[in-house]
Amino acid sequence: MLVLITYDVNTQDAQGSRRLRKVSKVCVNYGQRVQNSVFECLLSPAELCVVKSQLFSILDGTKDSLRIYNLGNSYKTRIEHYGAKQTYSPEEPMIF
Amino acid sequence: MKKLLNTLYVTTENAYLALDGENVVIQCEGETLGRLPIHMIDGIMAFGYIGASPALMGKCAEMNKSLVFLKPSGRFLAKVTGKSYGNILLRRSQYRICDHEEQSLAIARNIISAKLANSNAVLSRAMRDHALRIDTEKFARIGEALQKGKVNAYHAQSAESLRGLEGECANLYFSVFDDMILQQKEDFSYRGRSRRPPMDYVNAMLSFSYSLLTSMCVSALESVGLDAYAGVFHTERPGRCSLALDILEEFRAPFADRFVLTAINKKSICGKDFVEKENGGILLTEDGRKKFLTLWQQKKKEELMHPFLQEKVEWGLLPYVQAMLLAKYIRGDLDEYPPFIWR
Repeated sequence: MLVLITYDVNTQDAQGSRRLRKVSKVCVNYGQRVQNSVFECLLSPAELCVVKSQLFSILDGTKDSLRIYNLGNSYKTRIEHYGAKQTYSPEEPMIF
Repeated sequence: MKKLLNTLYVTTENAYLALDGENVVIQCEGETLGRLPIHMIDGIMAFGYIGASPALMGKCAEMNKSLVFLKPSGRFLAKVTGKSYGNILLRRSQYRICDHEEQSLAIARNIISAKLANSNAVLSRAMRDHALRIDTEKFARIGEALQKGKVNAYHAQSAESLRGLEGECANLYFSVFDDMILQQKEDFSYRGRSRRPPMDYVNAMLSFSYSLLTSMCVSALESVGLDAYAGVFHTERPGRCSLALDILEEFRAPFADRFVLTAINKKSICGKDFVEKENGGILLTEDGRKKFLTLWQQKKKEELMHPFLQEKVEWGLLPYVQAMLLAKYIRGDLDEYPPFIWR
């Protein structure tokens, strides 16, 4: 299934910038960055649990927020894209 | 059931593959062409010259993803293997079977009779779909011979007689292969099998698809813990993955041959997609290879009903399913190895 992960990390202090970097690193490991703090990840339910637990261990619940949207398996009809930034679709043939 | 994951093909000849965190990064002349999480993919096939970083090779081995290097022509060069996995008891029983003529024959018989049944099915499919454009009488005659070959193969008494039967039937089957090419006749005509190098467009496509299919079979066998190099029918030679070639026989006609025929008949690939080398060998051009791989990847995602499992599986998972069934038979969980018979 395709999962959209977005986050807002409070970066008023140095601790916050550190959290931001760490969170983005975890997300990059599991999906593609479609916008600055927006990631599309093709995950199995088990992998989603892993990602979540990794993110929870980094985030500070009092200052940051995390939103996860489940777009299911037929996500293609649910996404429209306009403008710059090329993305790949994870289930199409991948030839570089 | 295992999920069919995507395969990453790298056809840019001077691309370098690196690992960054859990991402495969494809670089070319200082630029990043792509960045993909390694979880998403089942394996990487690299057709370039420059290669991959040791860190990526290590990661692939650790995560059990196949990393295969091929020549731009599609010829196999090397493959990264990590620790051998699966269990030694299964592999030992596999070796015992390979050493035992009678027991190897029991598997080989099933595989070859399935191969002949599948070749026959390809012919009957052509007869059904293009009854007006092909010589149905000739097809029916050869189909009958294949049918008989199938039954004989199932009762073959020795590996030699099985080999003879297989060769005979393959000749018959390929004698009408050209008749199944209905479009673009001026570019695509089949006069006989030629390899190393393939001498015409059809052979170039056949060779390429067999080579892709072989690596699929190798990784399928290894992922269930079998040794792809110890075969039951193909003679063993250093560096030759005999068992993979054995199970490949089941898929050749319904998977690879039909794939090639469809690509030609639907005009998805045309004469412009090939180049001729100095030695007369024919290769796909870079664009042609991309087209070919895109189609191949689409074919892998098509679903069919598996006749033995009675479950829907993708074509791309078939080698894995058969490897699993073979492992089950070797373990003694099944009375007979159920080969893949396409209907």
